[in-house]
Amino acid sequence: MELTSVKQLRDKIAARQTSSVEATKAVFARIAKIEPTIGAFISTFEEQAIARAAEIDKRIAGGEKLGQLAGVPVAVKDNMCTTFGTTTCASKILANFHAPYNATVVEKLLAADAVIIGKTNLDEFAMGSSTENSGLKQTVNPWDTKRVPGGSSGGSTAAVAAGLCYAALGSDTGGSIRQPASLCGVVGLKPTYGRVSRYGLVAYGSSLDQIGPVTQTVEDCAMMLNVIAGHDTADSTSVDEKIAPVVDYLAKLDEPVKRLKIGIASGFNAGADEQVRKAIDEAIQTYKKLGATIVEIDMPHLDYAIAAYYMVATAEASSNLARYDGVHYGHRTQNPNDYIEVYTKSRAEGFGKEVKRRIMLGTYALSSGYYDAYYLKALKVRNLIRGDFVRAFEKCDCIMMPVAPTTAFKIGEKVDDPLKMYLSDIYTIAANLAGIPGISIPCGFDDKQLPIGLQILSPAFSEENLLRIARMYEKQTDWHKKRPTI
Amino acid sequence: MSNVDYKVLVGLENHVQLYTRTKMFCGCELAFGAEPNSRVCPVCLGMPGSLPVMNKQAVEFSILAGLALNCQIPSFTKWDRKGYYYPDLPKNYQISQYDLPLALNGYIEIPEKDGTFKKIRIRRAHLEEDAGKNLHTAGNFSQVDLNRAGTPLLEIVTEPDMNTAAEVRALAEELQRIVRYLGVSEADMQKGHMRFEPNINLIITRAGQQFKTPIVEVKNLNSFRALENSIDYEIGRQLDRFLETGETMEMGNKSTRGWDDAKEATVLQREKEEAHDYRYFPDPDLVPVRVNEQWLNEIKSRLCELPSKKRLRYIKEYGLSDYDAGVLTSDRSVADFFEDAVKAGGEPKRVCNLLTQAGLKLANARGCNIAELGPKPADIAKLAQMTQKGEISATAANTILEEMVKTGKTPQELAEQLNLIQKSDAGELETIVDEVLKNNQQAVADFKEGGKKSGKAKGFLLGQVMQKTKGTANPKIASEILDKKLSQ
Amino acid sequence: MDKKIDKSQVKKVAKLARLELSDAEIEEFAGQLNAIIDYVERMNKLNTEGVEPMAHCLPVSNVFRDDIIKESLGTEKTLANAPQSDGPFFKVPKILEEE
Ligand SMILES: [Mg+2]
Ligand SMILES: [Zn+2]
Repeated sequence: MELTSVKQLRDKIAARQTSSVEATKAVFARIAKIEPTIGAFISTFEEQAIARAAEIDKRIAGGEKLGQLAGVPVAVKDNMCTTFGTTTCASKILANFHAPYNATVVEKLLAADAVIIGKTNLDEFAMGSSTENSGLKQTVNPWDTKRVPGGSSGGSTAAVAAGLCYAALGSDTGGSIRQPASLCGVVGLKPTYGRVSRYGLVAYGSSLDQIGPVTQTVEDCAMMLNVIAGHDTADSTSVDEKIAPVVDYLAKLDEPVKRLKIGIASGFNAGADEQVRKAIDEAIQTYKKLGATIVEIDMPHLDYAIAAYYMVATAEASSNLARYDGVHYGHRTQNPNDYIEVYTKSRAEGFGKEVKRRIMLGTYALSSGYYDAYYLKALKVRNLIRGDFVRAFEKCDCIMMPVAPTTAFKIGEKVDDPLKMYLSDIYTIAANLAGIPGISIPCGFDDKQLPIGLQILSPAFSEENLLRIARMYEKQTDWHKKRPTI
Repeated sequence: MSNVDYKVLVGLENHVQLYTRTKMFCGCELAFGAEPNSRVCPVCLGMPGSLPVMNKQAVEFSILAGLALNCQIPSFTKWDRKGYYYPDLPKNYQISQYDLPLALNGYIEIPEKDGTFKKIRIRRAHLEEDAGKNLHTAGNFSQVDLNRAGTPLLEIVTEPDMNTAAEVRALAEELQRIVRYLGVSEADMQKGHMRFEPNINLIITRAGQQFKTPIVEVKNLNSFRALENSIDYEIGRQLDRFLETGETMEMGNKSTRGWDDAKEATVLQREKEEAHDYRYFPDPDLVPVRVNEQWLNEIKSRLCELPSKKRLRYIKEYGLSDYDAGVLTSDRSVADFFEDAVKAGGEPKRVCNLLTQAGLKLANARGCNIAELGPKPADIAKLAQMTQKGEISATAANTILEEMVKTGKTPQELAEQLNLIQKSDAGELETIVDEVLKNNQQAVADFKEGGKKSGKAKGFLLGQVMQKTKGTANPKIASEILDKKLSQ
Repeated sequence: MDKKIDKSQVKKVAKLARLELSDAEIEEFAGQLNAIIDYVERMNKLNTEGVEPMAHCLPVSNVFRDDIIKESLGTEKTLANAPQSDGPFFKVPKILEEE
């Protein structure tokens, strides 16, 4: 079964050709059938969702003007706080945590009259690129259940790809929306840092984290961004709309960008495997046919992005995750001998390997004697990388490159080699360091019928243009219409 | 043993709780003595996903205090995380300021006995959030209350410019007056609004050679008494220790001690070796603070004359005693009230007496400040004028003030109602005097006899006159009449 | 390539991070963290003299809130997720003062 797009469903519900209850029940029927195979969700809220759908249908019947997502079943990554259900971050340490507040994006989804059907799986605390680091369950790739969905938002991308919800929210710290979107053949957008409120998003790397949509189409992506974007007084790092206005991302979506200049970093595809390179090249050809011109750009510092990222992200993480100590909430070890053991044992029992590894790495990078050599150095390199983009965007409207060097890899393939896993983030990380937006859109399949994603990066707060550029390609192709058969 | 000579060096870290309505980074109310954990929200509980937002009032209070302490206010400051694990610190890091504090390089002047001032340099003043409270009274476990977690604290750090415990106390008390004057802190010791951490060591000269003793930091003192006593204790302890062991300051032999109020002694606090690796780094959840000219000037305009300067002025300008000036200036509301009364035409010394002898006692008794007592500065001025004109006696004035507070009536009304108006009518007084002389022939005889007896007799007779008039006779006029009659 | 991080280093860091690690984990992390740090040191090839450290990619400053009271959670909700509580307090094993 193939789901209609968010926009189509919303319009049908509004026109009362179908109902939210019908759509929501259909989704849960499909979840009952497929979810046991996919494992996309940590929690689902069937009764509550259907009740809400019914209430929305009633309001529509009553002639009420409803929100942009009226009646549409959506999912949120389980690192966004909700007063309903649990907020686990796929970690044993928060397995039973009930947030006393809703994340700002959750409030916005509810205000848009969306129906939140469940919370999706992720690498524990969003640390990973395969969702294999979930402390609670395994999510597989709907295109090949022996393979990973990517990560860390693998639950959200697998759910959308498998038609278990119409759209979802993910979070992206080093590629955690774009990479799994690419590996699952869906659209994933990481907005500009500060475009979407982080309030209620459980922090991994606070200066890098950003929430974004995971959808079937670019148009749905624009709709979702319309709902979640905007300034939030509860997040000091969400940008004032006087500085960067939020526009209606649907308004000009279908207007192609004229005289589009695409930046290509010299030899930057080198690291990607050959089938991925081919798909990217063909995508760029398609843009050429649409009148785009290619500009060679020089990104001398991109080779250092992974090094800088893993210092900045883990340093912030080591501090952000210090609060999980078994004192005020979350898992506490049984019969500790003293209060120090409440810390050391609760954390040892509650955190998975990758989380421990990154806490150790970040603690080391911040510890006395190493701060300058690792953390401070990384902040300087970060600045150089930002400079690369600033200079590049003087010459082009956007930059195109692969999202990931490979298509979906086998479950277990990389778990024993963390560095190898880190290196697979090579194409996505720079956007987080520079704070710029990036999108992944389906651009083909390899010979194993595994999806490939095209990544498009653009200047800070140019999401409108970015979505228009992505839309130009989507209109020319139907990769996004392909769905896995499960 | 060769004779030793030593000099004490003390630097002081002061934590001052700012007088804001809400916490530093969230909207929770600052309520002393509220139910435990009732003033807590996702932010100050360090809940996953919660984010801090700066309290503007707290930042402005800090800048205002910085200005009053003669500090430079940098145009750019930022927030850092200080990492350490403790149950009263929910995030297990404290949001503080590491390398770029809000205020730098200032000084406090503390009054010396000779009326001059000593400058104590201030190294820095930075803003940070307070931790909650761990309670250890419950037996075999500890309890945590987070109501205080996130309270804005201004940490003011001086250079080691103080040389006696008394000096350190004077500085702490001056600081208390200053922050109260500015209204940036209630500085209520009982409520733990001020906490002190002195750093103490000695420079010892023995046989022409100089030795520095290891620095000791005494933690978390919350009374002036404990501050002064702990320093005196440390001076003695460090001197003895040096004489015993000869230990001197080296890298890393700085130690921290606590003050045991019962034992009246400092006790060593053991610390983990990694305790000082706080892993400071810029807090990515907060943005920097930029202070431009305009904002700074706007805050400058809220500065006021500081207590020690005011005190000197009162002595010079109003001829008050150092003691009286001290009493009047110790509280800004009292000083303002005093000056308003003087402006309203009250003679300073008499206004001062009315306030110090009656006003403040009445205010204390009612647990309010002088301005809330009822009588306006103009009423006090009027009262002062009445005593000056001799219409009422000083004691009567105090009684009237007390009645004004009770009844809200004007001084004149009350003076008449309580007939405290002094009798100055010569005719009336003459008859009273005649009567007194008639009934006290012996005293009159003594007077006439002259010599030392006469003075006594005069005083006795005057006393009789006052008695007959129930103290309402104007003593000056009464004695004139008495002299006249006696010399007849 | 000399070992940047040996086991004693790992133990020290684990103590700072309040993580109890098994000997096996210490062994494993020592190796992995070394490999990662070796990789990270490629940054040293870059001359970063005079480059401003960029903690934030936003040109934003002075984001304040007014000093206005917002409703707190209240004791019950505050303690709702507490592993152990005692009346209105969070409960923890005895905290030894010198620690
Ligand atoms: Mg401090
Ligand atoms: Zn709060």
